[in-house]
Amino acid sequence: MTATERPPYKVIGTRPVRHDGVDKVTGRARYANDIDVPGHVTAKLLRSPHAHARIISIDTSKAESLPGVVAVLTAADLPEASAILREQTEGALVNLGLLSRNILAREKAWYRGHPVAAVAAVNGYIAEEALKLIDVQYEVLPPILDALEAMKPGAPVVIDELRTNVGSLFRGGGIRADDEEASHSNIATTFTMEIGDIANGFELADIILERDYHTTAAHQGYIEPQSSTAFWADHQLTVWTTTQGPFGVRDGLATMLKLPAGQVKVIPSEIGGGFGAKLQVGIELIAAGLSQKCGKPVKLTINRTDVFDSMGPASPAYVHLKMGVTNEGKITAADARLIFEAGAIPGSPVAGAANCMYAPYDIPNARVEGIDVVVNKPKTLSYRAPGAPSGAYAVEQMIDEFCETLDIDPIEFRLRNAAVNGTRRVNGVATANMDFITTLVVAKATDHWNTPLVGPNRGRGVAGGFWGNATGPASSIAGLMPDGRVSYIEGSVDVGGTRTTSAMQFAEGLGISSDMVRPSVTDTDSIGFTSNTGGSSVTFKQGWAAFEAANDLRRQLIERAAKIWKVEPGRVDYDSGVLTNLDDRGKKLTIAEIAARQNGTGGAIIGHASVVPGGVAGGFAVHIVDVEIDPETGKTEILRYTAVQDAGRAIHPSYVEGQMQGAVAQGVGWAINEEYVYSQDGRMENSSFLDYRMPTSLDLPPIDTVVVESPNPGHPYGVRGVGEAAFVPPLPAVANAMAHALGERMCTLPMSPRRVLEVLMKSSK
Amino acid sequence: MATVFVPAILRALVPVARVEVRGVTVGDVIDELEALYPGVAELLVNDDDIMPGVAVSINDQAGQMGLFEPVPEDAEVHFLPALSGG
Repeated sequence: MTATERPPYKVIGTRPVRHDGVDKVTGRARYANDIDVPGHVTAKLLRSPHAHARIISIDTSKAESLPGVVAVLTAADLPEASAILREQTEGALVNLGLLSRNILAREKAWYRGHPVAAVAAVNGYIAEEALKLIDVQYEVLPPILDALEAMKPGAPVVIDELRTNVGSLFRGGGIRADDEEASHSNIATTFTMEIGDIANGFELADIILERDYHTTAAHQGYIEPQSSTAFWADHQLTVWTTTQGPFGVRDGLATMLKLPAGQVKVIPSEIGGGFGAKLQVGIELIAAGLSQKCGKPVKLTINRTDVFDSMGPASPAYVHLKMGVTNEGKITAADARLIFEAGAIPGSPVAGAANCMYAPYDIPNARVEGIDVVVNKPKTLSYRAPGAPSGAYAVEQMIDEFCETLDIDPIEFRLRNAAVNGTRRVNGVATANMDFITTLVVAKATDHWNTPLVGPNRGRGVAGGFWGNATGPASSIAGLMPDGRVSYIEGSVDVGGTRTTSAMQFAEGLGISSDMVRPSVTDTDSIGFTSNTGGSSVTFKQGWAAFEAANDLRRQLIERAAKIWKVEPGRVDYDSGVLTNLDDRGKKLTIAEIAARQNGTGGAIIGHASVVPGGVAGGFAVHIVDVEIDPETGKTEILRYTAVQDAGRAIHPSYVEGQMQGAVAQGVGWAINEEYVYSQDGRMENSSFLDYRMPTSLDLPPIDTVVVESPNPGHPYGVRGVGEAAFVPPLPAVANAMAHALGERMCTLPMSPRRVLEVLMKSSK
Repeated sequence: MATVFVPAILRALVPVARVEVRGVTVGDVIDELEALYPGVAELLVNDDDIMPGVAVSINDQAGQMGLFEPVPEDAEVHFLPALSGG
């Protein structure tokens, strides 16, 4: 369902069959593990059995002498990467000195499952046998598994070299420069954002609430485990891998291996989901190191248990929040302290939470303190709208409490406090080109909101959410094929259907149907730099590139027709793939006719574009959910769910709806089921999808979507970005619904049957 | 004149909340800040580019061209932590 009318586009807003659909449903699509380079060998990883240990020695001699083994790799075989902070694509801050140690342990094992050595052999069985022959001597150290514990004086220090960045807005934590002293702390970064006068804001409040909230780790749930093949030959490193950012992998590998970037080529495969977890260079480094040693292509694929044990989830977070409102329901002040677990190396998304948590609202006096903390668990990784769901879990629940206390309709409360263009956010930036009020008004008008919920043990919740969306460099090449179709090649990895949305924007620009465009994603040697597929950026930035490439191709078509007709280009009209000689309107040429004459009229016609577009605009979402709680088992059933979101212009509405529905499914799982269970010594106890309970289709009702189209004026087709704003409201929306069903509020995730029963038993006493 | 909103990290060097500066690019703006408050550039610039991890927002738009990013007359300029998505 779409809430507003679209302009008369011919392609945008339609729902063509996705270009890659048949390949994917028939199994023809090639994922990283499907790629078998001739002569390749197989790699396996030896992982630390300890969550925290100093590596005294590694003896690989017996493994190296096992027949069939072609290479054994430890960190000592790799160059030591500088710890100076570097910026990868999309602004992600990377300390490659720490990242390389996270990929393959050097001085210490920082978490259970941390790779300490790797073997390449003629087959996987021999490689696994060889792993058993590697003798690693550890000095076992006490692990620290929780951020609050890690911040206490005297806590075991995870990273000996860590330097705390205090009071800094800017640094992601870690060692600033190779020669700086360590802090002997687990706190990587602290920062503060503040606007207005906090003390005065609370003076103006009639009601003040103060609560603690805790969101736990959640797995991104990508179906495809990481897999990479590397081949180092003739001073050229070629890597086939599953990644959201092939250029970032290229640049990271080049820096860590001390190679010129031009000697590294990264070929992205089809990707079986990422959700932020495949943004950075990882096991590619190990495959490359092994290939350098043995001179053969090396394939390294990890299994699901390895994914859970070593590839990080979303950051657990502690949020302490204090807010004040007037009796009329106006928020006067908000003050939060966010403590985010980064896992083994710095870099949690605490800044994302700080930037987004208050953003839907006009809060004149606001402050956020953010703290990034390392612990002995795998490095946490991005997961849709990184950080924002944890902040929303606190703010949107507290707003719900205010609504109950003041007896104000929760959507009406949000309307009274909604940010508008010009509203200054906690980071000081004034909101622009965004529209929360329309999204709220549409939510308030839904059938769901206007249908009473009746029955025992049932509750309805509503919550809002914000994500800023992103942009970055993007490149496109559009080659005219002899039959008039267009080969459209782009640099953005397609995680969520973006090759089709790019092709549609290209087709709209050229005035042809999208099935005349054959889109594909290429490697880092074959196209200009393109930033990560992340931050809900691709349909925006790659759409810009498609628009510009279409303009370039159209210009060339006009010039070619003018050449054929011997007229000036200004005397050629172009409309929907047909060119007309304005001096003799009976003369017309179709794209296909020009395409067939390319070689005889001047050679191949190839449009291209490389853009770095501004104009990005954030998006808001409002979710409504009904739940019923079984008082006997504590199980929460989702009865009805409606997701409303300002998507900007919906290029392919089915994809927009799918992004919203997928985000809801993942958010519901995080809210009521999913949990990383660790033993006291740092062992994950539920590292399989049997024991880590993600929701299936049987757990969810049909998810209704309402796409609000407030076009972004900063994009030729009004695109905002879709994939992440929808992931912000589910946690608090479900929490609010459960609070109304239970009569008690839960402030810790997961709100699982066990915890529900604890609440019920406590309230019955 | 563009208005630079001074973030916490610069407050030790720039003891005011906002500074009005001239400049047609972000590089110009930083140069003028440096002239007024020596030491600022060291916190914002690295290797002739914006410091890794720093994002520049101009009228609520994330700059994409580093020191060359145009700064319109009367623009709001913020220096923020760079973010990445999922």
